[in-house]
Amino acid sequence: MPTDNLQFTPHIKLEFKINEKDFFVAGESASRVKKTLQQLGLHQDIIKKVAIIIYEAAMNVAIHGNHGMLRIYIDPESILVETDDEGDGIPDIELAMQEGYSTATHEIREMGFGAGMGLFNIDQCSDELHIDSKVGTGTKLQAKVYLRKKDSISDP
Amino acid sequence: MKLFDVQKILEAEVLCGDDLLHKDVHNWFACDLINEMLLYVTPDTLLLTSLTNIHIVHTAQVMDAIGVVFVGGKRPAESVITNSKLYNIPLLTTKHLTFECCGRLFLNNLHDPTVVKDATNAYR
Ligand SMILES: Nc1ncnc2c1ncn2[C@@H]1O[C@H](COP(=O)(O)OP(=O)(O)OP(=O)(O)O)[C@@H](O)[C@H]1O
Ligand SMILES: [Mg+2]
Repeated sequence: MPTDNLQFTPHIKLEFKINEKDFFVAGESASRVKKTLQQLGLHQDIIKKVAIIIYEAAMNVAIHGNHGMLRIYIDPESILVETDDEGDGIPDIELAMQEGYSTATHEIREMGFGAGMGLFNIDQCSDELHIDSKVGTGTKLQAKVYLRKKDSISDP
Repeated sequence: MKLFDVQKILEAEVLCGDDLLHKDVHNWFACDLINEMLLYVTPDTLLLTSLTNIHIVHTAQVMDAIGVVFVGGKRPAESVITNSKLYNIPLLTTKHLTFECCGRLFLNNLHDPTVVKDATNAYR
């Protein structure tokens, strides 16, 4: 298992700025991080989950969140993907998490997005997910992927 | 099956990456939703889509897809082709629509049992 070497993984922080309607940074940051994780020798399932989370979360900031930051923290136990934006916020997070719920415009849909699957996908790919949102202020999303199975069972 | 077999079967025109057509296609996935591609595309999958914007190239790159076939005679902008060249992702275009393309590829035995069919197994 490549994940056995993780105690030697350095603490790494990667940071990307997301401007409004910057639809490129999602793909670019996802591939940049993917390369880094591959160099660290992480398992491809982990890399895939992290790439999906980054892509969806960064796209959400670019589309719905006005502008913001994407940060990825890599440590020996987990990878944390964090977005922080200054958009309109999410009034009903539970509703937004539902598969198929979307406020995306026709223009966004034409690009192949706006199916309302992003947050649902992020939830499926992460071991821990926190979304903090204030209407009119912005949204902070934190999604964590564990690198090793936790010794204690924390899942319900 | 190799990419140049796919080119023949779909009567496709190669937009870029003609030097990569010897590559083996392990899976294929036809879809017009980026989120679904993110979920289902495994390495060396060939994408069939009618989306022609830059996201398709980014998605293909992030998911290690082996190439993209644009169906229904769709053509991406020149900038999309330029980007795809940088990433070494071959782009093809065919006049046939999705159903016809899938039928032809299926009949030619490209069907691979390892394609993820059950959404509940996609993540773990
Ligand atoms: N960062 C954000 N700021 C404000 N609203 C958001 C943010 N992220 C998501 N939302 C709201 O939650 C809804 C659901 O998000 P989700 O990512 O699941 O779907 P989508 O972005 O609309 O479409 P898809 O992700 O399938 O392309 C969005 O339509 C939007 O209303
Ligand atoms: Mg989204």
